[in-house]
Formats: sequence, structure tokens, C-alpha cells
Amino acid sequence: MSKKSTSPSPEESLFDSGLLDSFALTDLVAELEKQFGIRIPDADLNPRKFDSVERIEEYLTSRG
Amino acid sequence: MVYIRDFGSWIPPRIVTNSEIGEQIGASHEWIVNVSGIEERRFASDHETVESMAVRASKDCLYRSGIGPEAVGMVMVASGSSGRAFPGPAAIVAKRLGCESAVALDLPMASAGSLFGISLASRLADRFGEILVVGAEKMSSIILREPMERGVAALFGDGAGACLVSSKAGKAKILESVIASDGSYADDLKLEFEKPITMNGRSVILQASRKIPAAIQTVLERSGISVESVGAFLLHQANQNLIDKVAQAIGVTSNKFYSNIRKYGNTSSASMLIAAAEWSREGGFQKGVPVVFAAFGAGFHWGAAVVKP
Repeated sequence: MSKKSTSPSPEESLFDSGLLDSFALTDLVAELEKQFGIRIPDADLNPRKFDSVERIEEYLTSRG
Repeated sequence: MVYIRDFGSWIPPRIVTNSEIGEQIGASHEWIVNVSGIEERRFASDHETVESMAVRASKDCLYRSGIGPEAVGMVMVASGSSGRAFPGPAAIVAKRLGCESAVALDLPMASAGSLFGISLASRLADRFGEILVVGAEKMSSIILREPMERGVAALFGDGAGACLVSSKAGKAKILESVIASDGSYADDLKLEFEKPITMNGRSVILQASRKIPAAIQTVLERSGISVESVGAFLLHQANQNLIDKVAQAIGVTSNKFYSNIRKYGNTSSASMLIAAAEWSREGGFQKGVPVVFAAFGAGFHWGAAVVKP
């Protein structure tokens, strides 16, 4: 993730706000897998699922 | 056993710098380098075609292989920028080369086309003998179509690469290959008739950064080769940042990944074979040291192959 002093609001697009780009997204997914001990299947790798803190939480919740 | 005899390539002489393309698409040199690693690309002249570039690269490959065109049993041409829907370039290329008895097969697949060609050729060589696999692209005829997307138009260049796959002899044995496709992502990278290329870059990068390493690991596991023992990785030259991500994912330093994207940009189906041809001229195969090929592109199609001299 690129550096930014402010924290994003839960629904704010991480892409539109410049906090996330295509390559940082791959790092984010890898870090989520590591932190939560899950394997995110390729079929779930839709960038929209990881576009905001809210959507990331929704996805992680759906994974139990 | 099936072998790679040699490679060939042809690159147009006209250099198009980031500054030149940047003026047309509203992007700076620094931005293009930052997002892709590309500093310049080559554009073919008006009289060059996918077919003419494919023939030039093929002649270079046949010369380096020490094989005459009459010995070629099949010609495969991968291209996503051919000038018409049909016939594709393969039959024309075979005719112009003088491959009178060859079967010609088009692979209208863009970036993964050459990798698919090598994988298919490794399975068909026992039947057809010498198989010429070519990737040729004239992306300059496409990328400036309106409405231009700077994140797409900045990436591409023109050129052709070739590889001769043989059932008889060669520089390296093809040990294993995997190819795969998933049409779920067909709309994430596409070129429709008379329209500009459209790309969901986030989806492309996300899927490619997972599927390329997985394909590489699969061919290495199946052939009993450790990633550490691989001497060189020859990938489709899509984006330097992606190449670095793949290297990171499989735990290899980026300097094992041959790269010429800085000077040619992304030449789609041609890029992996152009890279292989240049790598080969700069030293190439070392006896007993495995080499990995891999590609990912529109479809999505992807795959990998491992060879050993």
C-alpha cells in the first residue's frame, strides 16, 4: 500500500483514494492470507471484493 | 523426446520513446517507467505486416537452427493483431517461407500464444517433425485507436519471435509444460473489431501474479526440478513490475528473469520468443541447467514449460 497519513473510511475506495494500486493489491491479498490463515482461491480474486475496508471485512466474514 | 532447436526474432528499427508516445496519450516518461518499466518500444513501418514480421523472425530461426523450410512439417503463428479475421497469418507465413509441405495453424491468442504453441508443438512433434512456432504482433496499428487509455497505449510495441520445436534434436529437451484457460475473465482483456483494447488491469495483475507462479511450480514439481536449480526464467514481457512479483512469489531473485521490456515494451505473443532469442544470443543454454518459460494473457490463457539442455 502506498503511504498516506489519513486512514480511509470503511466505505472509501482504496483504489480511488490512491491507497491501493494493482500491484499493491497482490501484496494486500497475500497479507490477508497470512494474517487470517486462509487461502483465497483465484476465483475470489475480484478486485472489487478488496476495494474498501468494508468490502474486505465482508469478504473475510463470508469466509468464516 | 522433443527438443527446442533454436530461436529467432525480428524487431522494427524505429524506436518510439516514452516522450513520443507520451505526447499522444498524455503520460510522462516517468509515469510510464513507474507503472511498467518500459522506456521505449518499436513501431513497424506502414508496409510491415504481422505476416512480414513473422517471416523475418522465422528466417532468422531457421538459419540459426540449420534447417531449410522444406523440412518444416507445421507452422504455428500466434497473433492478436492480425489484419483480418480470416485467413490468419499462418498459411501466408508458411507459403512465403517456402514450407511447401507444412500444415499451418493460427493461434489468435495474444500474449499466451507462443507458450501455447510450444506446449502444443511438444505434443505434436512426433507426428509433424519440425514445428515452427511464431509470435508476431503489430500492436501499433491498434493502440492508438480512440478512445485511448494511457495505461494501455503506453505498454505495447511491435515485433516477432520464433522457435523451432523438433522431434529429432536440439539445444534443450522439453521436459514438461502446462497450459490452462478460464473464460470467466474474457471481458477483462479484449480487443474487439475496430475498437481499442480494453483492460481491467487490476484483474489482469491479480490473476497473473497468482497463476504464473502456480504454473511454474507445477511444471517444476512434475519434472522433479527445484526452483533454485533453474538457470533462467523467460517470461512473456508484460510488465516489469509483474515479472518482479512473479520472481518474489516463487522466491527467486529478479536477475534470473530475463527482461528486455525496457526497450521493446509489451509485444504480446511475440515477447517471450523475442526475449528467448536475445537471451540465447547472449549466452543462452548451459548444459544441464533447466530453463523455464511462462506466459499469461487475454482469455485468460496461461501456462509454463521447463526445458533442459
